[in-house]
Amino acid sequence: MKTPDAPFDAPWQAQAFGLAVALSDAGLFTWTEWTQSFGTRLACGTDYWDAWVQTLEATLTERGIAGADEVDRLAKAWEDAAHATPHGVAIRLG
Amino acid sequence: MPHDHHDHDHDNHLEPMDARVRALETILTRKGLVDPAAIDTIIDTYAHRVGPQNGAAVVARAWTDPAFAEFLARDATAAVASMGYCGRQGEHVQAVFNTPLQHNVIVCTLCSCYPWSLLGLPPVWYKSPAYRSRVVIEPRAVLAEFGLVLPAGQSVRVWDSTAEMRYLVVPMRPAGTEGWAPEALAALVTRESMVGTGLPQVPA
Repeated sequence: MKTPDAPFDAPWQAQAFGLAVALSDAGLFTWTEWTQSFGTRLACGTDYWDAWVQTLEATLTERGIAGADEVDRLAKAWEDAAHATPHGVAIRLG
Repeated sequence: MPHDHHDHDHDNHLEPMDARVRALETILTRKGLVDPAAIDTIIDTYAHRVGPQNGAAVVARAWTDPAFAEFLARDATAAVASMGYCGRQGEHVQAVFNTPLQHNVIVCTLCSCYPWSLLGLPPVWYKSPAYRSRVVIEPRAVLAEFGLVLPAGQSVRVWDSTAEMRYLVVPMRPAGTEGWAPEALAALVTRESMVGTGLPQVPA
């Protein structure tokens, strides 16, 4: 049961953590609301950080901030930008 | 001879989850709902600055200052705030003191609620489905897997954290530390000892 101690295995997990905390700080939702929604997804057996991102996306959809289509489109734009960027250069969205 | 990059697999590749999180951050930044610099600060704070050293300072003070120990037992939220450790989400903290008759261990069966301001972010095992479900049902077996075998006469109490209430285990002060300064004592207080899956280090 003992595994390494680092809180994040990948930078995107840290980024997703920071986004949720920042949005809660900004008053978009309370942390109690967050844990209920997140806990429900975890209870379904979803991987921890996948569930975290799903909760973020669902929260933004429910509040009319970002629909799945918009997230899909921008995620594709980020993947395309990564492919178009030479190794060693920071990836930027055009 | 010019070097042709196009038929190599050297270009950057984003994992799907990485691209998704970048997409979310882009949307939220464009809408003015988050500031990327503020997010970096949050990550840096919890990944590097806030950690178990905060909780260890609280425990060491409780071991050496009876008035503070009483304050911590009565109103841990106020007691830890008096040392500058404030939860950003308005959560309450309760300190649970180990005794020869009762050992305490904390969990969050729902997700991963944890006293961030005192211990930093939870380790992977705290977030695992196995720990979250099993420590409630068979705490002694789970603690044994951490190498902690409790005396038969010591009961185990499991505290289930929530978004509103986070727990800090105050372990018993190790024998042989009489007269030690709080700073020296704090070095013995491990993160596991404040979650209840371990004990403080014993003096060499």
